[in-house]
This record gives sequence, structure tokens and C-alpha cells, in this order.
Amino acid sequence: MIQFQQVSKRYPPGQDALVDVTLDVGPGELVTLAGHSGAGKSTLLKLVAAMERPSAGAVLVNGQNVGALKPAALPYLRRNLGLVFQDQKLLFDRNAFANVMLPLSIAGIPHKEASRRARAALDKVGLLMRERAMPIALSGGEQQRLAIARAVVNRPGLLLADEPTAHLDPDTARDVAEIFLDFHQVGVTVVVATYDGALFPQARALRLDHGRLQP
Amino acid sequence: MNAWLTQHRHALMLSLGRLAATPLNTLLSILAMGIALALPAGGQLLLDNARLALGGATAPPQISVFLALDASQGEVAAIGQRLAATPGVSAFRMIPRAEALSHMRATEGLAAVLDSLPDNPFPDAYVVTPRDDAPHALEQLATDISAWSGVAHVQLDSAWARRLDALLRLGRAAVGLLAGLLGIGVVAITFNIIRLQVLTQRGEIEVSRLLGATDSFIRRPFLWFGLLQGLLGGLTAWALVFAATLALRGPVTDLASLYGLHFVLHGPGPEIATLWLGLAASLGWLGAGLSLRQYLRSF
Repeated sequence: MIQFQQVSKRYPPGQDALVDVTLDVGPGELVTLAGHSGAGKSTLLKLVAAMERPSAGAVLVNGQNVGALKPAALPYLRRNLGLVFQDQKLLFDRNAFANVMLPLSIAGIPHKEASRRARAALDKVGLLMRERAMPIALSGGEQQRLAIARAVVNRPGLLLADEPTAHLDPDTARDVAEIFLDFHQVGVTVVVATYDGALFPQARALRLDHGRLQP
Repeated sequence: MNAWLTQHRHALMLSLGRLAATPLNTLLSILAMGIALALPAGGQLLLDNARLALGGATAPPQISVFLALDASQGEVAAIGQRLAATPGVSAFRMIPRAEALSHMRATEGLAAVLDSLPDNPFPDAYVVTPRDDAPHALEQLATDISAWSGVAHVQLDSAWARRLDALLRLGRAAVGLLAGLLGIGVVAITFNIIRLQVLTQRGEIEVSRLLGATDSFIRRPFLWFGLLQGLLGGLTAWALVFAATLALRGPVTDLASLYGLHFVLHGPGPEIATLWLGLAASLGWLGAGLSLRQYLRSF
């Protein structure tokens, strides 16, 4: 599903975020990325989502070289990815339901079908009763779950999450982790960058240290 | 096809929502556009009305040949034969002095004056249609005829008609220039409004890109916004011109009737109105498109 072939990423003026990373994530796998702050976890996820391009090496997603994609082809790659960001990137000018509808509108799903799917996604993360709430009125855990609902509403084959349980209390963090485990169970490939690998006991744990993958 | 329609519907609803979200801003920009568009539109309407009122005036030029008051029947006939033999003359018609008198008597206010005169003051006359209506050919022909014996006076009827025509053409050019300038103004207004929108929607644009939105998906609501705003500006311009027409119709009719003319000020017809609306909508769309080209790159 994801292949890194000797990938390096250097940010100007010469700061190495990733150094010579080679890894392989198979379809349906659950992988956690651990490491200190600044170890390169976010950079690795950004390379998969083509938000950054590698300085050297190749990043393949579903056999496609992401770094060489034309800008016009990017949207279609991203529609097959579910992205949960560290800062969530919710839109605060619209309610929870409208936030989850956005990826479906982008994909051109007819409104009726889209509404049905959006409600199903909200139901999956336990927010169906809160669909009319504005994101600002949601708690931290609810905002995180809303971000997950938006990431999975398009039924992506690959779910990427950057610190989805940071800033959450232990119980809420466990609930959120549980949602990712559910998606893993139904065959979605899941890659989670997290401080707390213990939340995902059945995952294959990868560790980054100063941009290098630890054996 | 279905997805395409769905996406346009989505973009249209989004842009309508944005228009409604800031009603005062929307109203002010629509008013600014409406006034900018109403000026050339009103000017064009005025010119159309003038052209209509002076409808017959721009007919081909004619030369009036007035004979001496004491010209005999024989001299009159001789001049008729000479005209027929002149190559520069395409057609001519004789107006006997009696016909001229009865025609003038029918004109308001002149009957009493004419009745007070002892004799018929009008001479026999020929109205000549020249073959070539270039100015110098007309002048030449008029000079030639005025030298004939028995001819008292030659008048070139075309001069005032030509001046009027030139005046109308000048007016048209001025309105065209005004329309061009204010059209650029409308594009500039839209350009700036869309620029501000792109800046305020930065978050949404960024998130949409990450969720797999194509460039056209992101541009669409802004383009619809520009188009709708232009359309509403055009509607405002139409309403302003229409209201002005209604307000001026009475006074103009009164003025015309004082000159013995029957003239009604015409409002913009449906074809003209449709043309204006289409033009205004395209200007809005153009302004939005230019703005997006400039400011969407920075993401």
C-alpha cells in the first residue's frame, strides 16, 4: 500500500527531517509511528499525502510515485486518503454535518446519497446527536471524532492520522483509538503517528529518531 | 454529467449563501456596479431615442433649386429639361409655387402669416436627388446649377442632416468610451471583492485541497459569485434606467408637444435589457476569473 524507497526530506536551509527511510506498509495493516517531537513523523505522513515532496528517493502509494504526480492528479490521490491532522483543520463557519459533507461535495456525490453517508460517518464516531452543533461548541474529544468522521466519510482505503489522541484525557484517547481499531478491523490500512503506542497494542510499531527509522 | 450538475448546484448555493451572508456589503457593491453600468446604458438609450426621433433626417441628401419669382412657365420647363440632361442628377421633382403655399399653410402658426401677405411668396422649385452624395460632388453640382439662368437660389439640404449625423456618431463614440471605462470599473470592483473573499476563505480553500478538491471545484463558487453579482448589478442598472425613463417621459412629451412634435421616450426593450444583463454578468465573471488567477496561486 505504502512504500518508501530510500526517502530523504531536507527542509531549507539544510535541516534533515527524514534520512534514508525505507519501509513497506501492506494493505489492511495497522502501523504506529513513534518518536520524539521533531523525529519526522508528520513529515512522513505529509509525504504520503503529497503535501510535501521528497528531496531524494521515491514514495509509492498504491504503486503510484506520489512525488512525481502532476498537480492536476493530486486531488484524485487525496480522495482515496483519509487524513486526520494534528490541528484537525475543521471549518468553524459551518456545523458538524456540513464539515463531514465537504469531502462528499468535492467528490461530486449527489446530495441525498451524501447526506446518508455523512450521517453514517457521524453515527460511527458517536456524533449523530451533535450533527447541528458548530465545531466551536464541541469538546476536544468530539472535535477529534468529527475530524475522523470527515476523514473516513469517503470510505478511503488508507487512513493517516497525526497525533489524533494528543491533548485528550486518557479515557477519551482510548475511545478515539478504538475508532481507528474498528476501521483497521474492516480492512482499512491505518497509519497513526502517536506518542502513546500503548493505545494500539495490536499495531506494528515503527520508531523514528532524528529522521532515521529505528530497527 | 450528473456529478457536474451536482457540483454546479453546490457552487451556486454556496455563492448565494455568501451573497446573503453579508447583505450590506452585497447591496453596496451591487449599487456601485448598477450606477456604473447605468451611465453608459442610459446614454445609449438617449442616443437611440434621438435617432428614432430624427428618423427621417438622415435620408440621402437633396438639393433644393429655387427659381426666380418671376420665372415664366417656359423657363421652368427649360430648367427641368436641363436637369434631366445633367449626368450628376439621379432624380428630380418639381414643386409648383401653389403646392409649396398650401403645404406651408398646413404648418402650425404659418397660415395666419401667409394669409397676411399680398402674394404667394414661394417660387417654383425643383428638389434634386444627386447621383453621388460625396460632399465635394454635392457642392460642385449645387454651384453648377446656381449659375443657370432663371435659378435664384440653390440650397444643399444635406448640410444640417450631416452635422446631426456626425453629432450622433460622436455621441455614440462617447457612450462607447464611457461603457469601456466603466466596464473596466466593474471588473475592478469584482476583482477586489473576490480577492478579499479568497483571503477570508483561506482556511476552507486549504482544507478543500487536502480533501481532494480540484482547482475548478475551488474556483467555481467564486466564479458564480462574480457572475451573480454582475447580474444583480446589471439588474440594478436596468431598474435605474427604467425609473429614469418613467420619470422623464412626461416632461419630454410636454417639451416635444410645445414644438408640435409627437414624441414618447422609449425605455430599454427586452433585447437591449437582455444584452446588458449578459454583458454585466460576463464582466463579473471576468473580474472573478482574473482575481482567482492572481490570488489562488499563493496556496
